[in-house]
Amino acid sequence: MTNTFYRNSIITMTALCTLVCLPVRATAQLFSQVATIESDSSTPQTIQPEELAKIVQSSKGDKPLILQVGFHVLYQQAHIPRAEYIGPASGAEGLQQLRKRIAALPHSQPIVLYCGCCPWSKCPNVNPAYKELRDMGFTNVKALYIADNFGKDWVDKGYPVSKGDRTSN
Amino acid sequence: MTKVIPYQRAIGRVINSPGNQLVESVKTKVFAVLCLLALGAYLAARHWSRPAERARRGVTATHSFAPEFSLTDLSGKKLELSSYRGKVVILDFWATWCSPCRAEIPRFVDLQNKYRGQGLQIIGISLDDDPKPVRAFYQQFRINYPVAIGDANLAERYGGILGLPVNFVISRDGRIYAKHPGEVDLRLVEREIQSLF
Repeated sequence: MTNTFYRNSIITMTALCTLVCLPVRATAQLFSQVATIESDSSTPQTIQPEELAKIVQSSKGDKPLILQVGFHVLYQQAHIPRAEYIGPASGAEGLQQLRKRIAALPHSQPIVLYCGCCPWSKCPNVNPAYKELRDMGFTNVKALYIADNFGKDWVDKGYPVSKGDRTSN
Repeated sequence: MTKVIPYQRAIGRVINSPGNQLVESVKTKVFAVLCLLALGAYLAARHWSRPAERARRGVTATHSFAPEFSLTDLSGKKLELSSYRGKVVILDFWATWCSPCRAEIPRFVDLQNKYRGQGLQIIGISLDDDPKPVRAFYQQFRINYPVAIGDANLAERYGGILGLPVNFVISRDGRIYAKHPGEVDLRLVEREIQSLF
């Protein structure tokens, strides 16, 4: 009888622990998947928002050409000061606009690309733009690493922002 | 040899004495209490982890009203948020080239079909630069709810759309019940709209 009592108690406590632990385990698996996805997307040479913000805010040194290859409504709401709007580089029009903008530049021109539409691993615009510039022979190109989106990873951090239109030349 | 402390000996005597009805009764009660505790913990965990349960507390005055807008949808009809007062609205900011947005669209089409009779109205606001791909996408995915092209002014009035997708769940009285920036598990959105019907 005593053994039955202990066995039932153990079963009860095991069930309780399982119910509590299952959601925790599922969450942990989700995060590990996200980490795996992010670690795979390492093709472009990147620059972190903090580092670019320092360059933008500094009064010294040459500034890179900053090109936004995301969507226009995002650019109009908030963009990095002096950044030029190119358009979504996932489409032919965006790539054409990009080629037009950099056609006359030396291949050593420092360029920073950014989009900010979506999490880094799911952004459809940065990789095509980066590849296009590399294929054209530009050697000093970096992509701004936006982990989540431009709002969260730039604006919310208090980094400098401009509003309105300032289209490319 | 293990040292037996006097109180352990006393407890052992009580527990091990055969035929002791009092002990059996205590054991049964302890077991029942443990079962009740386990059940209680499980139910409490479910209650506090489910947004739908939270939603049943209702939309309150602390939820701000969704900004009104008047746009023209892809078919040329006027699209005004105020005309959907009395319905539960999902307002989805998206773009055709945005892969997380594209993944959500078929689910929104399903939700619109499933809950149309209960008063769900989904509204798509595309932030594409050009309406042409939006029209093609609209037909290709057989979108069954109105879609209009948005602008920066509308985006700012909704607190800034500084990433995609972003969707808002709006109650029947026009208040923003939830904002989901980024890709979201639409099962969560479904539970929220169920709670608002």
